[in-house]
Amino acid sequence: MTKVLDVLTGNPVAKAVGKQLGVPQATELRRGRSLPTGDVVLAVLAGSGATSSATREALKGLGVTPVDAVRDEPAARTTGEDGRAVPPAYSSKIGAVVLDATALATVPELEGVRAVLRPALRALGSSGRVIVVGTAPELTDSPEAAAVQQALEGITRSVGKELRKGGTANLVLVSTETTGAALSSTLSFLLEGRSAYVSGQPWRVLGAEAGQVPSDPAAPFADKVVVVTGAARGIGAGIAEVFARDGASLVVVDIPAAGEALTKVANRLGGTALQLDITSPDAGQKIAAHVAARHGKDARIHAIIHNAGITRDKLLVNTDEDRWGSVLEVNLAAEIRINEVLLDADVAGGLAEGGRIVGVASTSGVAGNRGQTNYAASKAGVIGLVRAEAPVVADRGITVNAVAPGFIETEMTDRIPFATREFARRFNSLSQGGKPVDVAETIAYLAAPDSGAVTGQVIRVCGQSQIGA
Amino acid sequence: MAQARNAVIVGGNRIPFGKAGGAYASVSNQDMLTAALDGLVARFGLAGQRVGEVAAGAVLKHSRDFNLTRETVLGSALDPTTPAYDLQQACGTGLEAVIQVANKIQLGQIDSAIAGGVDSASDAPIAVGEGLRRALLRANHAKTTAQRIQAFASIRPGDLAPETPRNSEPRTGLSMGEHQARTAKEWGISREAQDELAAASHHNMARAWDEGFFDDLVTPFRKLSKDQGLRPETSVEKLAKLSPVFGKGEGATMTAGNSTPLSDGAALVLVSSEEWAAERNLPVLARFVDAEVAAVDYVSGDEGLLMAPAYAVPRLLARQGLSLQDFDLYEIHEAFASTVLTTLAAWEDEEFAAERLGLDAPLGAIDRSRLNVNGSSLAAGHPFAATGGRIVASLAKMLSDKGPGSRGLISICAAGGQGVVAILEAV
Ligand SMILES: NC(=O)c1ccc[n+]([C@@H]2O[C@H](COP(=O)([O-])OP(=O)(O)OC[C@H]3O[C@@H](n4cnc5c(N)ncnc54)[C@H](O)[C@@H]3O)[C@@H](O)[C@H]2O)c1
Repeated sequence: MTKVLDVLTGNPVAKAVGKQLGVPQATELRRGRSLPTGDVVLAVLAGSGATSSATREALKGLGVTPVDAVRDEPAARTTGEDGRAVPPAYSSKIGAVVLDATALATVPELEGVRAVLRPALRALGSSGRVIVVGTAPELTDSPEAAAVQQALEGITRSVGKELRKGGTANLVLVSTETTGAALSSTLSFLLEGRSAYVSGQPWRVLGAEAGQVPSDPAAPFADKVVVVTGAARGIGAGIAEVFARDGASLVVVDIPAAGEALTKVANRLGGTALQLDITSPDAGQKIAAHVAARHGKDARIHAIIHNAGITRDKLLVNTDEDRWGSVLEVNLAAEIRINEVLLDADVAGGLAEGGRIVGVASTSGVAGNRGQTNYAASKAGVIGLVRAEAPVVADRGITVNAVAPGFIETEMTDRIPFATREFARRFNSLSQGGKPVDVAETIAYLAAPDSGAVTGQVIRVCGQSQIGA
Repeated sequence: MAQARNAVIVGGNRIPFGKAGGAYASVSNQDMLTAALDGLVARFGLAGQRVGEVAAGAVLKHSRDFNLTRETVLGSALDPTTPAYDLQQACGTGLEAVIQVANKIQLGQIDSAIAGGVDSASDAPIAVGEGLRRALLRANHAKTTAQRIQAFASIRPGDLAPETPRNSEPRTGLSMGEHQARTAKEWGISREAQDELAAASHHNMARAWDEGFFDDLVTPFRKLSKDQGLRPETSVEKLAKLSPVFGKGEGATMTAGNSTPLSDGAALVLVSSEEWAAERNLPVLARFVDAEVAAVDYVSGDEGLLMAPAYAVPRLLARQGLSLQDFDLYEIHEAFASTVLTTLAAWEDEEFAAERLGLDAPLGAIDRSRLNVNGSSLAAGHPFAATGGRIVASLAKMLSDKGPGSRGLISICAAGGQGVVAILEAV
């Protein structure tokens, strides 16, 4: 079946019509482990706050040789034929601009951001990247510095909305302790196509320890057990696929009734299928027992991805206790119970020290949604859970994070009525729906052995959806 | 002789059994066997791996199914270099396949195997009548057009009626149900006892489904995620209302409720050496201990068609030095409720022991609470060649849950007056 989106972008006639109608054009996004083709520009902005060398070190560690930024300063401007001032420009398209704004502490110092971004945005190629690195406002030592650092969020979110052609803008907040190694997995994710559908998002990378740097960057999960719930189809199957690509030993979990589809996923990706309803009281024990039995008695889980989820939509005025309870049970209560079991160091086949827990929330959990009060409750609950659990297990090197997908194209969303679907998939800065792989890549980044400094974070994978923005 | 090594049951997989003409009405044997195989491969992470061999069969086979198991392997997620073959011993097929591969594993000829079977009563082969067949063959061999026309001209209207495979014994012309009705009558098996056994089968299997017992034994197929013939809400009272379908007049006791319905399905078991399982971190549920096959002369009327297990079990017990009471669990295939009851009655009977088995004393009664505890064929259905695999995998899991040393006895009656029995023991 041809999707309207494809028609609008692919077919020249439809494209012209689309343009006339003022529909923003959706660009085919750069995906996967691919760096931008143009130069990566690095601008370290001068400021009166504490400086951090993490950004420069991280890029160096990634083997990226950044070029210097062109700055829009009055002295650098030329005069055009019409007599107006022309800002300085890059000689060719650039792939990304990385802005180290960690030292900014006074309002005038924010001018540096504008001066770098103005020429950079003009020169940014398709699926280009704007990556702003700031200091977490709560860690600054003056109200003005906090305000200035908070201002970066407004800047990044606005830039995300201004960008076209698949460009994204994100803000990474660090501390003075964040090392280059600790920041590395985040910058790599943001530069590469893996972050295609993540834009307008701020998140924190505060820790000093990267965790375990994989020996083979193409197979970061080699010899690691990764459990994915709800993996029979949709986003879960996409998650399993990305982890399989990256070398994981997979355990794919879904309800027994979804066993036929689960079988296909397991056989295609070479994992083992575990037919299990995650709401059964001993689900955590069953998962641990499967891992201990099937991967050796000393085996432990590197990452559990809580993707299984259901919706039972109805206006709250029409919601009975079954609709209410079942959604909370699957989407939240089961996850809490399973974590409790897997986090017990005495349980064979539980989560490894240095392990990863990743939840799947939703933009509905951030913004709320009419007719989804039960679902929004469960997904907001997931956000609360990761924030609360992260500090508790930090001393064991375990991280707890979540993604919050926006509109992701799955069989489920294919069934949404055309007009609603078309609106939903376009109501974001990238003018298109995301793919399961986009959610999967973000989860794999959070679960990466070298993402140890990223914890307690919720990353929206929504193309900077207007919903809950 | 060198001590043979153990063959162990690693696990199993089946698809939910469908009612004939039900969920799998348009599905072939190969489709079902492939689904069961792929589910097994997924459960144990065997995708792309070579297994020692796959042995399976079907009772009702199309001519296109001549290499059914090998074709199934080629269409599955297993490494295509996995050898496979078909075998068939009527309703004993699945268990006979397990015995066959277990023996090879014990001998060290192979380290791993998958065994079981499939059957479709819905997609049963329909053969042309003998007259039409001969005419077609003649036409095929004809050298001239005239000869060919002649061959076709010899076809008579009656020749066009298709022959469906018979569920009756070729040598007596009686259906299996009619045979068993005679046996049940001889042994004085009451209608009430049969209905009680049937109701218990449904209730036990429904409970097992509810408890999630089948979560790692069954993989859904074609939107069916539970056995289609399962009736959790049935009762002795409801079953009592049904009219007998086998046997005639007064004293007929066998109804559609206490006889297994025709069904579709497939079941497979993963069997291996202990080393093979350990190398792959695969579970070991139970050890295959021993097996015995007996046959009876039902044609002369000397013995009931489905009574062979009553002979096979005492022979097996004698060889193993065990008594009938030395088992924690019994799985007696419920071809009919009355088959189970006549078999049990025979084992308790002094005369049968003395005259038929040549024993000083009968085998005795079993603790009925250990019989078919998670239901059997009356509730699950009975796709002929699939039943053995269903029983072996379920019993192995139950024994493993009970703990090391628990012992289980399997008894399956088969057409042609045969009976296949085996012993498993948890390790
Ligand atoms: N598709 C979107 O646009 C979108 C947006 C935001 C969030 N999400 C979230 O992403 C996750 C995956 O969504 P999807 O679109 O792939 O949905 P989906 O319905 O296609 O897949 C969900 C899977 O979870 C399984 N599942 C449900 N209950 C289960 C249980 N009790 N135990 C085990 N497995 C169970 C289902 O069988 C199914 O295979 C869900 O948590 C969903 O809330 C999706």
